[in-house]
Amino acid sequence: MADALLEVEGLTKAFGAVVACDAVALALREGEVHAVIGPNGAGKTTLLGQLAGEIQPDAGRIRFAGEDVTGLPAHARAGRGLARSFQITSLFPRFSALDNVALAVQAQAGHSFRFWRPAARETALIAPAREALARVGLAERAAVPAAALAHGEQRQLEIAMALASRPRLLLLDEPTAGMGREDSGRMIALLAALKAEGRMTILLIEHDMDAVFALADRITVLVYGQVIATGAPEEIRANAEVRRAYLGKETAA
Amino acid sequence: MARPVVTRLFIWGALVLLLALPPLVQGLGADFAVGVATRILIFALVGTSLNLILGYGGMVSFGHAAFFGAGAYVVAILAQHDTYGEPLLTWPIAVEGTQSAFIAWPAAMAVSAILALVIGVVALRTSGLYFIMITLAFAQMLYFFFISLRAYGGEDGLSLFARSAAGPLDLADDVHFYYLVLGLVLLALWLKRRLVAARFGRVLRGIRDNERRMQALGFPTFRYKLAAFAMAGAAAGLAGALIANQTEFVSPSFLDWQRSGEILVIVILGGMGRVYGPVAGAAAFLLLEEVLSAWTDHWMLVLGPILVLVVLFAKGGIWSLIDRGGQADG
Repeated sequence: MADALLEVEGLTKAFGAVVACDAVALALREGEVHAVIGPNGAGKTTLLGQLAGEIQPDAGRIRFAGEDVTGLPAHARAGRGLARSFQITSLFPRFSALDNVALAVQAQAGHSFRFWRPAARETALIAPAREALARVGLAERAAVPAAALAHGEQRQLEIAMALASRPRLLLLDEPTAGMGREDSGRMIALLAALKAEGRMTILLIEHDMDAVFALADRITVLVYGQVIATGAPEEIRANAEVRRAYLGKETAA
Repeated sequence: MARPVVTRLFIWGALVLLLALPPLVQGLGADFAVGVATRILIFALVGTSLNLILGYGGMVSFGHAAFFGAGAYVVAILAQHDTYGEPLLTWPIAVEGTQSAFIAWPAAMAVSAILALVIGVVALRTSGLYFIMITLAFAQMLYFFFISLRAYGGEDGLSLFARSAAGPLDLADDVHFYYLVLGLVLLALWLKRRLVAARFGRVLRGIRDNERRMQALGFPTFRYKLAAFAMAGAAAGLAGALIANQTEFVSPSFLDWQRSGEILVIVILGGMGRVYGPVAGAAAFLLLEEVLSAWTDHWMLVLGPILVLVVLFAKGGIWSLIDRGGQADG
């Protein structure tokens, strides 16, 4: 695909005898929300870890914005505009919400071998951080330490940090994980608003089918490390194999 | 961030006391106290350097005495070559010995910084327990290296004939030396306060709290840790240069693992990740040693329980008891 922002070919990763990722192929178009779904243990998080650069694949190739990034470490991929959020909230618990986001801004604001000016007074860091907090609805909670935020707020903060680095591609690992109905509704609304702005491409790993069908332009279904289908939501819904492997089970449960 | 008034009064009070200490104790006829205070300040400096990587960077180095001892040896070895008029090196470049503080002390810092860079490149690829063990292993290697240096006294160590020459200051005078050490410690504390609040300090604290997340955000964490490690090495080297001057003697025991342990205790006792913590820790540790060792050889028996109590009931160390409303990273 010529206009693919992210292209994955033959991506394979095994942990011992378990093949978590089996020759996965994936192509993300610029600007789309692409969901990856699959039952537990299908290899979704392993796939995301390889895209982010935390896990080295055994075989295969990852191209991001026309460049082969397969061998690049996580920080170098982040520098090229690939941001991720974590399934299990991963914040800086002692930092305030604002400082968490300011750190994300700082990561993309040149090197940090700066020893003199207090970072807390650097408008170049604080202003974009406040803006990102406001976008996810946490402006009022800026001064609260991340550890003291409610679970739903911490998930919002995750998104704010990912936004603050102004990514071209946002990898979201189950943004509604562990949320109640109300919180996850708010998260879906937030992600829908980001999508409507159309400024970035999103790869969404999600269990919550409401979220997937509300947000995704296209869906890839992963089962036992293999892609069994890719298509628009209605195609996926109608796909017999998918129903058997995944959606059906979910309905039966 | 504004500190509580009580804390600020305490800091200014302590500063005034430190500035007025020499005339004060001389008036009381307790001249030896100047030496004790100097020693405390030197250990406060080496504790401050460890605190940068331990308290702010989360790197539990169990080999910090290596940089301290290496700095001390640099001063002593340069002084010995100067005394005997033998060049230290003739090839590839000629290096003469020196007694000058302006050359020997920066050289001590440079040597310790380079050692820290080399050790850090290897050690910082590990973390947790492995990091503790590998820093310990490197420090022991240096310890045995200095034992093997027959020309510099081997196991017996090396005496200095005089303290370094520092221009208008007469370092042989304990009071001059005290004020110089005090000035350097205050400078180090001030630089560190700036550093930990600046971007670099934020990166260090971020790495301490969640290194994986830092990488995902785009920080190449290794080079920041290495830079902090080398800076801490340089500061420890300066403290080593000072201790060599104070005791006018160096020996491999300056680098052994017990010394590394003492420096760790000073930081933990005083308060990790608190700028003034190591000063409080050094004062408490050395004063306890002074008082208890006069009373019994087994003074560690008393220190041990005190350390347990501090770790159990004052997690932020002594400084957190003084600075109650303070910031964890202040």
